Amino acid sequence: MNVDLSALDLSRSGDLLVALAPELLLTLAALVVLLVVAWRHRTPQDLRRAGWVTLAGLGVAALATWFLWWNVARASGIAAMIAVDDFRFVADWLFLGTAALTVLVSFRYLEREELWAPEYYVLLLFATLGMTLMAGAEDLMVLFLGLELMSVSVYVLAGINRRSAPAAEAALKYFLLGAFASGFLLYGIALVYGATATTNFTLIGVQVATLGLQHDTMLLLGLGLLLVGFGFKVAAVPFHMWAPDVYDGSPTPVTGYMATAVKAAAFAALFRLLGEAFGAVPAWREIVWWLAVATMVVGNLIALAQRSFKRMLAYSSIAHAGYLLVAVAAGTAAGSAAFVFYLVAYTLMTVAAFALLAAKGTGGERDVAIDDLAGLAQRRPWLAFALAVCMLSLLGFPGTAGFIGKWYILVAAVAAGQGLLAAILVLASVISAGYYLPVIMAMYMKPEPGEQAHAGMQLGPLGNAVVAVSVAGLLFFGVRPNRLLEIARTSGASVRVAPAVSSSAPPAARDASGR
Amino acid sequence: MYAQAVLTALLAWPCVGAVALLVAPERWAKHLALAASLVEFAISVPLWWVFQPAAGMQFQLDVPWIPDWGIHYSVGVDGISLFMVLLTTFLVPLSVLGSYRYITTHQRAFYALLLVLTSGMVGVFVSLDLFLFYVMWEVMLIPMYFIIGVWGGENRLYAAIKFFIYTFLGSLLMLVAILALVYLVAQRTGLYSFSYGHVIANIGRLGPLAFWLFGAFFLAFAIKVPMFPFHTWLPDAHVEAPTAGSVLLAGILLKMGTYGFLRFAVPFFPQVALHPAVRTGIIALALIGILYGGLVAMVQPDFKKLIAYSSVSHLGFVMLGIWALTLQSVQGALMVMINHGLSTGALFFLVGMLYERRHTRLIEAFGGLAKVVPLFAAILTLVSLSSIGLPATNGFVGEFLVLVGSFRTHPVAATIATTGVIVAAMYLLPALQRVIYNPLDKPENQGLADLSPRELAVLLPLVACIVWIGVYPTPFLRRMEPSAQRFIESVRPAPGATAAVAR
Repeated sequence: MNVDLSALDLSRSGDLLVALAPELLLTLAALVVLLVVAWRHRTPQDLRRAGWVTLAGLGVAALATWFLWWNVARASGIAAMIAVDDFRFVADWLFLGTAALTVLVSFRYLEREELWAPEYYVLLLFATLGMTLMAGAEDLMVLFLGLELMSVSVYVLAGINRRSAPAAEAALKYFLLGAFASGFLLYGIALVYGATATTNFTLIGVQVATLGLQHDTMLLLGLGLLLVGFGFKVAAVPFHMWAPDVYDGSPTPVTGYMATAVKAAAFAALFRLLGEAFGAVPAWREIVWWLAVATMVVGNLIALAQRSFKRMLAYSSIAHAGYLLVAVAAGTAAGSAAFVFYLVAYTLMTVAAFALLAAKGTGGERDVAIDDLAGLAQRRPWLAFALAVCMLSLLGFPGTAGFIGKWYILVAAVAAGQGLLAAILVLASVISAGYYLPVIMAMYMKPEPGEQAHAGMQLGPLGNAVVAVSVAGLLFFGVRPNRLLEIARTSGASVRVAPAVSSSAPPAARDASGR
Repeated sequence: MYAQAVLTALLAWPCVGAVALLVAPERWAKHLALAASLVEFAISVPLWWVFQPAAGMQFQLDVPWIPDWGIHYSVGVDGISLFMVLLTTFLVPLSVLGSYRYITTHQRAFYALLLVLTSGMVGVFVSLDLFLFYVMWEVMLIPMYFIIGVWGGENRLYAAIKFFIYTFLGSLLMLVAILALVYLVAQRTGLYSFSYGHVIANIGRLGPLAFWLFGAFFLAFAIKVPMFPFHTWLPDAHVEAPTAGSVLLAGILLKMGTYGFLRFAVPFFPQVALHPAVRTGIIALALIGILYGGLVAMVQPDFKKLIAYSSVSHLGFVMLGIWALTLQSVQGALMVMINHGLSTGALFFLVGMLYERRHTRLIEAFGGLAKVVPLFAAILTLVSLSSIGLPATNGFVGEFLVLVGSFRTHPVAATIATTGVIVAAMYLLPALQRVIYNPLDKPENQGLADLSPRELAVLLPLVACIVWIGVYPTPFLRRMEPSAQRFIESVRPAPGATAAVAR
């Protein structure tokens, strides 16, 4: 089906509807599920039905996204509120895919934990909707709307297990700190508006260039506050304090969702914002540089000290935020492509790891220590293999998608003249071997503590499928990444970087090009 | 046809074998592994004759892999890597056969990992693409990590993770250096390519950055060799690893470090590697390694640990030979690389056989074994003498060439290194005496069984090679000479060529 969508005029409502089709369909799906569960919410069958409807909704939205993508939809002129480009489509696919994987893992989890709360799926859909808005936002207001829609839904998801005190703690903590972060973000938006008189990303970029605002105090203050707000959302050090407790206390599938999709959405929005609106402002590169270093080093070091599997994964996801920040700091076309590729790889491995953790934990996953996995390889060889692949991929070992992703980030960093940052990244990765390997060691090299130690570990057919797909993807993209690399490159390049970016390149790079 | 396919076949066949092993019944595992590794060896044997010494890189195959990044699947061998490949395919069947009794648990997994390891080892030596090289370099870490960690001794978890993290640290820094190097070459030529030939042809002068890049490569390879002071992972890994693991670790994995110097670190950055200060420093470290390794070996109560430290000493000779940079010394270094694989491999097998009988490796637990196990004693004596470097054994050929060659450029260093040969006698001969000659005073030693036919089948090929190289090394030297010569020329360009390389 080929339709000419290459010049959508977003000021016309018909074209705007087309451009927003995925979001609208997702809203519709959320409302349908809401209606369904309003009448049917008592039995496990109702729960499952809600799940299937959710999956169908996600599938329809994915189809709509694909339709736009396939027909190379583009907005004509300066996009008003919503970007229509490959970056948005790829990011949307990532969010929808993650949401679908989360739903599949949740089926069994919700039943096992007796969480008869079908609103779970409604919230998941709304959160995903918020994410798609964030990835497509061309305007600070849309960005903020998407962010709040996502955040509020996830606050509730974190505390959906009302019988669990840690979940309540997690939800409250997340809510308070998230509200705080939103406050920073709003102040930042206000100051940026004050400096440039617009909230549109591209127009901000134009204003900065034409009015020479690169060193304007109000703009820089606003940018700084925006970075603080996003720092909270992506759990970058030093704004990471909430993350371990929240990840630890939330239901495991939700944690997996938070560690992947929520983080990816915040990153996608940050990426677009910095590139399109502040590409000409040199200040943020240095800030992001330091954020990346602090996040990688601190995240990895603290993860090293964890005994609990879930907390270890929580800190490891902080460390991975640091790796992604390296790609952001590189700020080049290679950096954006590396960013997209790494997001996909990171999502696959993290979703699978949390799915396996969800299967292992019965009752309270908080208590699954790394050593509790001892002997898993003898009892459940395939699960152990899957988890081992996830760990190696998180470590960035060749043969897995995690390696290609890390390699790409390193390529981008080195090409942007950030050799030191690349060296710090690999040293941080060495540290991470100190906590990923013990998981493999426990599974393969330590004896099983008791006969029934792993008896309860059941993923169910759907969970198995999720893990199998993720692991197959990790291995496939580790050996044959060509197609995904191409997608990452084209979509990363589709984010329009503000003019005059070349003059803000780091001094070293400028010297090289000037010679 | 053979020339194009052989290296790929050598890479792919063990993986096929590993998959076959995993689906076959457990009791067939070791026999299947033996068959697979023998086939692997058979595939590689014709290389010996088909190889053209004068022709440089041969058996090449080049297929685009990730064209976006200029990454190719590109393989080939020259006179340096040929012997490493043959040594690998030669040692693996012996390692399999040597593990028949030692490995009793999870046999399928063990032999499958051993075969995957074979692929990785061959891959490191044949890669002509920096990306492929890096992948292979890392990929063989995992099987070895599992082999130590699952089938190792008491303290295996510690040894396994130490081995992994040491190697991983060095190799990741090398990764950054590879990326920077390719980027710099791309800036100069406009072609972003990881091809070894492309990089080496266009590397030119790198300025001060070369020092850091060389440093990253140096760290990766020096840890692997291992050079003093980066050797501390080696005794732990060797002592805890099962016999097959130790044999391949000493025989092949350590050679990857020296191979890396010969293939990458020195030819890429000759101006740094041959900078007088760097060169003196590395030769000094090599000498410290030779003497320190020997002296520490002297005081080891554990026979296996003694051999492990002797590796540090032997590899010091290789480093000396590479950095002395004369034709003899480089050829000698290559010979020591081969010899150390054979002699030390045989020693590890022998110690493993003792351990299977007595479940101890302490030297003091034995004595007078020559009376009960004469065959064993004879072979142990021969192998020990070859490790010391007795004339008419292989050990002599290599170390003699290194010493003669390095005397021409570094007489003082060569003199000091010569004492290393004496130190070798000082640590191995007393141990030999205490194990097989002293009075047979321990009752539990009196009933030991002599070598079984299987064990003889493991040892005799090694012994044959030890004697062959010792008596008639010419076929080896002839095959490696042009490549060694080319290595030296690439590092020390003729005065006229300097300008051409510089720009």
